[in-house]
Amino acid sequence: MLTVENIEKSYEGKPLLKKISFVVEQDETICLLGSSGSGKSTLLRIIAGLEEPEGGRVIWNGQDLAGTPAHQRRFGLMFQDYALFPHRNVAENIAFGLRMQNRPQEEIQKSVTNALETINMRGFADRKVTELSGGEQQRVALARALAPQPRLLMLDEPLGALDRSLREQLSTELRRILRDTKVPAIYVTHDQEEAFAIADRLLLLHDGVILQSGAPHEIYHHPKNVWVAKFFGLGNLIEGRVIERSPLKVDTPLGIIQASCEQDPPQIGEKATLLFRPTRACRNEAHCPNQIAGEVVDQVFQGEAYHLTMRINESIPLFNVSLSEPVPVGDKLTIYFKPGDVLCLEDEGDQS
Amino acid sequence: MFIQKRQIHHLVVVLILALILAGCSPQETAAPGETRTLRVMTHDSFAVSEDLIAQFESENNVDISFIRSGDTGSALNQAILSRDNPLADVFYGIDNTFLTRALQEDIFEPYAFPLLENIPDQFKLDPTNNALPVDYGDVCINYDKAYFETNNLAVPESLEALTQPEYEGLLVTENPATSSPGLAFLMATIAQFGQEGYLDFWAELSQNGLVVASDWETAYYSNFSGSTGQGPQPMVVSYGSSPAAEVIFAETPLDEAPTASIIGANTCFRQIEFVGILKGTPNRDLAEKFVDFMLSPPFQEDIPMQMFVFPVNPDAQLPEAFVENIQIPDQPATLAPELIDENREAWIEAWMETVLP
Amino acid sequence: MSSFADQLRNWAKNPTWRAVAFWLLPAIFLGYFFYQPLLALFNLLISPRWGFSFSELNLNKIWAPLRFTVFQASLSTLLTLVIGLPGAWLFTHFSFPGKRALRTLTTLPFILPTVVVAAGFNALLGPRGWINLGLMLLFNLDSPPIQFLNTFGAILTAHVFYNTTIVIRVVSNAWAKQNIRLTHAAKVLGASPWQTFKEVTLPLLRPSIYAATLLVFLFNFTSFGVVLMLGGPQYATLEVEIYIQALHLLNLPLASVLSILQLVCTLIITIAHRRLSGQQALPISPRAQEIGVRKPRKGFEKILVILLVVALFSLLISPMASLALRSFVKLEPNRGERGEIERGFTLNYYKELGINRRGSLFYVPPIAAARNSFMFALITIVITLFFGLLVAYALQQSSPINNILDPLLMLPLGASAITLGLGFIIVFNRPPFSNINFPILLPIAHSLVALPFVVRTLSPALQSIPYSLRSAAKVLGAPPFRVWREVDLPLMAPSILVAIIFALTISLGEFGASTFLSRPEYPTLPVAIFRYISQPGAMNYGQALAMSTILMVVCAGGILVIERLRLPGKDIF
Repeated sequence: MLTVENIEKSYEGKPLLKKISFVVEQDETICLLGSSGSGKSTLLRIIAGLEEPEGGRVIWNGQDLAGTPAHQRRFGLMFQDYALFPHRNVAENIAFGLRMQNRPQEEIQKSVTNALETINMRGFADRKVTELSGGEQQRVALARALAPQPRLLMLDEPLGALDRSLREQLSTELRRILRDTKVPAIYVTHDQEEAFAIADRLLLLHDGVILQSGAPHEIYHHPKNVWVAKFFGLGNLIEGRVIERSPLKVDTPLGIIQASCEQDPPQIGEKATLLFRPTRACRNEAHCPNQIAGEVVDQVFQGEAYHLTMRINESIPLFNVSLSEPVPVGDKLTIYFKPGDVLCLEDEGDQS
Repeated sequence: MFIQKRQIHHLVVVLILALILAGCSPQETAAPGETRTLRVMTHDSFAVSEDLIAQFESENNVDISFIRSGDTGSALNQAILSRDNPLADVFYGIDNTFLTRALQEDIFEPYAFPLLENIPDQFKLDPTNNALPVDYGDVCINYDKAYFETNNLAVPESLEALTQPEYEGLLVTENPATSSPGLAFLMATIAQFGQEGYLDFWAELSQNGLVVASDWETAYYSNFSGSTGQGPQPMVVSYGSSPAAEVIFAETPLDEAPTASIIGANTCFRQIEFVGILKGTPNRDLAEKFVDFMLSPPFQEDIPMQMFVFPVNPDAQLPEAFVENIQIPDQPATLAPELIDENREAWIEAWMETVLP
Repeated sequence: MSSFADQLRNWAKNPTWRAVAFWLLPAIFLGYFFYQPLLALFNLLISPRWGFSFSELNLNKIWAPLRFTVFQASLSTLLTLVIGLPGAWLFTHFSFPGKRALRTLTTLPFILPTVVVAAGFNALLGPRGWINLGLMLLFNLDSPPIQFLNTFGAILTAHVFYNTTIVIRVVSNAWAKQNIRLTHAAKVLGASPWQTFKEVTLPLLRPSIYAATLLVFLFNFTSFGVVLMLGGPQYATLEVEIYIQALHLLNLPLASVLSILQLVCTLIITIAHRRLSGQQALPISPRAQEIGVRKPRKGFEKILVILLVVALFSLLISPMASLALRSFVKLEPNRGERGEIERGFTLNYYKELGINRRGSLFYVPPIAAARNSFMFALITIVITLFFGLLVAYALQQSSPINNILDPLLMLPLGASAITLGLGFIIVFNRPPFSNINFPILLPIAHSLVALPFVVRTLSPALQSIPYSLRSAAKVLGAPPFRVWREVDLPLMAPSILVAIIFALTISLGEFGASTFLSRPEYPTLPVAIFRYISQPGAMNYGQALAMSTILMVVCAGGILVIERLRLPGKDIF
């Protein structure tokens, strides 16, 4: 379906997108996740044909779209600020794309009625868009983008301007609509929960490159590097130095830690960053080589588990673990990690 | 705001004060011994030497405030409209074409100027002495000397000659409805051909490629070939004094004017300008002094170089540039002011129907 | 006491009372300085003392000029839009070398007295203009091939020359604020560039286009100098007819009837405009992304930009350039010998401006004229901004009184300068206005003409400020004046600058009322120009052009300074 190949773009002389490549398949919702200013919206505008890349190609079903202007691409784009036409009412906004395709009047009317029903806004047809609430505007914008049945739907932070409860409600609705319409979609957001909720596949955009891509759970379980782990808030990151490669042993302020590595481990004497996920800590694994002891300084009840903060020593004042039983603040606590649960990560600076 | 709020406050205060004062301000009366103000209303072409006025002001302990109010018609209108509460004490600049109207509107007070006998009778058009003559000038056809020399063409010496084929397309005049020299020239033709014959003449002139401009500026600077504008027509309806002005206002000094006037019988129309004391002036004594001053030789001698017209006072000496470059017609066209006032509109309309159908 | 306070608060909530409060001072100003003199004049002239009776009216004297006025104004306005709208597109979308200069130069025609513009066109297109001379030389012709002066085409060209800047300024002011995402949304939804323009850009620009059209139309409708001097004697608009009747035939009653007719037409046009445009201003989204100015990219864009720049240059700037050039050139027949015309560069016209050669009392030093012009312009700016802002706020209240008062505000545009000048003479010829305070009348007259422009510029900007922003400021603890200073003022800043430029140029260039109200003690630049050009002689002509060139330079300087003014919040645009 959509292939994005080596897209390059700079902004005010600084590279913004550096050779971005990815593919979107039929029925797939991919999510471009990245902090603000990472070039997500620019990438969408390039795919839509609103901006021209400085290098690379946008390909649809094998056809290079370089010569195809935005209005002939039949892609849908839902803007961050919705960009509803203020001089037209709700129905006219939704009908706009259909009118541009010169569809017959009856068909347009039917589609608009259907669309209003899909977004639960029957009876809003004649309302001015400037009088709608944020959530209503968002739904009209979505209906307008979907009405002309685009080959690809792009959504640029569609829920960004809404409050939390509305956001959760609408993201459920959005997921339903995307599933029902089966249109391939690119969803841009900076919010990981939103991304996990909506995406079949995540693309993590950072510093102009796609740092990692894959299904949400894959990325969650196998973060590629330290930046990814930090971005998702995966757990405790402790730096140390490699003293043995097989099995991997790292000298850290916690002591000598046995860890596992998905890639080729660093050379002996090199720096390594280890990820300890709070949920993987266990209390009674005597055969576990990685033993960590400290004092509990904070405890928060989180329903299924207790979130504990430990003080290990001067260099590691805060270490988070999640346990099923409470431990009183001030108590000494010893926990264990299996070598397979301690992940050695690439440094963020390793990326080109 | 880049404009200080303070300024806006000031402005508002001024405006409000103005509004209040407008309602209930008493007429100021000058205390004796104080410098009084004499207001002189005139048209835009009025000019005078600074020294002369300064002298008059100091001799009479007076400030003269000139109110220049557009062209003659505009100034006269203002004088008429404000006659219940005159804007000025003295009005200068009414000419013989508007004289009757001004007298009918009764805007002046008569003043029997003591030295009036000195002034030739031909200028004294108002026997009631409401309006006193100050200066005169002629509206004449100017021609581009070089054009006639290089083309070996004789300069036409009469109005009739202008309809001959050799002068086809060579004359530009002004619309009498919008231009005062245009109107003066129309009157010259009426003086020459009479009310029965002038339209025939204009019809022939029109046939002979007459060019009409709306105003003197366009005619002189855009159409006339003798001016710095270097247009296509070598003859223009302008003033008898224009050739002298061409010398005096030359960019590089000239020995001889590039243009001259045609001064045949009735080819030039004589305009006489008058001064009058406005009715209801509280400064009658000063106003009289000023009128005396305008007719005295110092002022009269200042007139030519300031306004490019001739003084009516025969005692006044003319400057050299004037004598050398200006031809004074022996037989200028004139019409009785009453006749002009009565027929102005009809003449203009008939002219427009003939020349600009 | 408290019940009175409650009452006041209730009134403050009622839009009509709020509108009344905002209208109060502007209405007093207009009533006192515009309606009072006009009504006094009409009242006087239609009184039996002037012996006027309607039965004597020659209807043909009314219908012919009226028909021509409407015809030429419509055609001129159409042509002005044809040039001005692409011009607005150019200025809002592209950056190119010399853009700032071009924009400033396109504003200049507005200030030039018609006499000088006629001279400029003459120097360019007249019988001995450079284009005709060039063509004659090139094709070996005996007579000038282009007949420009005294044609209908000259009227149209001059109107386009004068008024294009209105369209460019008013429309690009709105265009620059348009949210570019709306056009992007249309494109993505399948609208071709033309459809995007037709369906989105144009409807959103409509209020500003209507406003510009109204202003241009009214300017053309009351056109006087252009028709008289460039159109020649065979064309007469109502205003020309008023001039003829009032000042040359002294038929003031007929002149009044004509000017009442002109005012009624203005009123009808303004009301029709109000009906047509309605309350179309739309709030700007606070997150709106404005159109970014960029270099032309694709080949056809480049060609279009070059074509537009060339068109604007040749139409608007070449007459001025030829005028300025002419003020440095000596061109006079040498001692009457034809063919030996001395040509060359000279600074004499400028040098001579500084000399009072004949010791005349009315000699105008150029610096004094420039100073006076600027002083009057500054007062005009202060007056119009003060009243303009009040009116803009009044118009924002949804009250029916706006439907009546708004058209009444526009009427000064349709009032003939001659009529207004004569009205001023009748009403303001007693203290405090007659002597010492008289000079203030001139900027007041200028303000009457400039006010509609200022209001038409400020009002849409004000209406596009989202109400939520003001609420936000209030909630954050700003008292009303702070809200105005922190929210309204910064968001309106670009429009305020445009309004200031309009007030400045109108005041600097206004000549009609100036001839009635100017005082010899305070001569302005246009008055000085007219003094020179109304006398024969190469030096006078050269000095008039030199003075005009000074006027242009001074005005361009003023505009550049205004555009660089740092109003709070201007940076965010």
